[in-house]
Amino acid sequence: MSIETRPTPETNTVESSSELIRLEQVTKRFGDNTVLDHLDFSVDAGKHVTLIGPSGSGKTTILRLLMTLLKPDEGTITVDGQRLFPASDKEVREVRKKIGMVFQQFNLFPNMSVLRNITEAPVTVLGMSKDEAAERARGLLEMVGLADKCDARPTQLSGGQQQRVAIARALAMRPQVLLLDEVTSALDPELVAGVLDVLRDIARSTDITMLCVTHEMNFARDISDQVLMFDSGRVIESGPPEKIFTEPERDRTREFLSAVL
Amino acid sequence: MNWNWSAVSDFMPHFWDGLLVTLQILVVGSLISFVLGLVWALLMRVPSRWVTWPVGAVTEFVRNTPLLVQLFFLFYVLPEWGVTASAMTTGVVGIGLHYSTYTMQVYRAGIEAVPVGQWEAATALNLPLRRTWTAVILPQAVRRVVPALGNYVISMLKDTPLLMAITVLEMLGEARLFSQANFQFTEPLTVIGVAFVVLSYLASLLLRALERRLVH
Repeated sequence: MSIETRPTPETNTVESSSELIRLEQVTKRFGDNTVLDHLDFSVDAGKHVTLIGPSGSGKTTILRLLMTLLKPDEGTITVDGQRLFPASDKEVREVRKKIGMVFQQFNLFPNMSVLRNITEAPVTVLGMSKDEAAERARGLLEMVGLADKCDARPTQLSGGQQQRVAIARALAMRPQVLLLDEVTSALDPELVAGVLDVLRDIARSTDITMLCVTHEMNFARDISDQVLMFDSGRVIESGPPEKIFTEPERDRTREFLSAVL
Repeated sequence: MNWNWSAVSDFMPHFWDGLLVTLQILVVGSLISFVLGLVWALLMRVPSRWVTWPVGAVTEFVRNTPLLVQLFFLFYVLPEWGVTASAMTTGVVGIGLHYSTYTMQVYRAGIEAVPVGQWEAATALNLPLRRTWTAVILPQAVRRVVPALGNYVISMLKDTPLLMAITVLEMLGEARLFSQANFQFTEPLTVIGVAFVVLSYLASLLLRALERRLVH
């Protein structure tokens, strides 16, 4: 099984250690609540980074800032050398092409067939022909094990199937970065494995950069190059999964892990 | 009370004329209210007070003044300002405009009921704003509001006799004309009363069929 990823010159020419995402001194407040506090944070191209930490620690906020669903109050965000914040609407639209996101609640379009959910953006945003988009969509559906569901409506699918369609939909835009926001949290336990298997495949067989917020620690251990432990809007510890999960340095990390593992 | 069947049969040719006019008012008036209501609802979402304030003020004014007053105004006052139209056109536009201020609220509720996740998914896929509206938000919003829109159609049906006041000969107008000419009131008024019940019922059947189709 192989997945076509964006064969852009950017990804092909960058060194594996080059920086793709950078947040500098980013602060985000909701009212009086400071969710991110002058956060510096960067991710190298092709890396799989998992954000862990207690809820309310700002993990999801980072993904939402990168997807431009939120705007920071202070700081700068760049992706692949281009500004995402502060930036003009036009710049934002350009940079956003490089980023895909999968949501906790799937957010498929219920008024469209599964196939059109996947082809809609490639056709209207990338200007792909309908035939080409449909062919690629079928390939992606096959990859996520749902080749027979092209004509189904999202509401006819199980949560796990919907989430796999949502993954296919995000990949159809050939993003360089895939943001995964607690993608299995809304699923029945028996459906989680299917979704995680698909993501493991993607992590293994593509050079896509992944930012993942999850409570599935085994999954995080499997796919991550780097794990970041968040607490109160700051990264309090980071490192390879073997280190974070087996010998964390901070008491807070140890405490958190013993609560979730 | 004397019931005279021959008065009924005498009235029937006039009744059909009136029925046709009533249906025309209803169909065209509904279409105007559906389209205009959507326009108002979308304009109210423009992030500028220069748009939302005037639209809000005008629609609030129209919604809170009686349709009959509006019809008189359109028919008798506008010509003084050089705007003239036939009674029928004036009436259809008037009733459509009036009801657009109700359908506007229906659309607003329908649009707000689309989960925020749908907007977020559209943003994540980089869909242009226009495409987000036409392909994602409105199809879901409209589906939700069909029952409420249908109720306003039935409500509008029952307001069509107001157009009689500006000389439109819909069912009530025909009945009144016939009654005054023949001194027969019971039969024509009963006939159009039954006709209103039948029309409302047919409309509600149509509406339920439409709802079923949209839900599945």
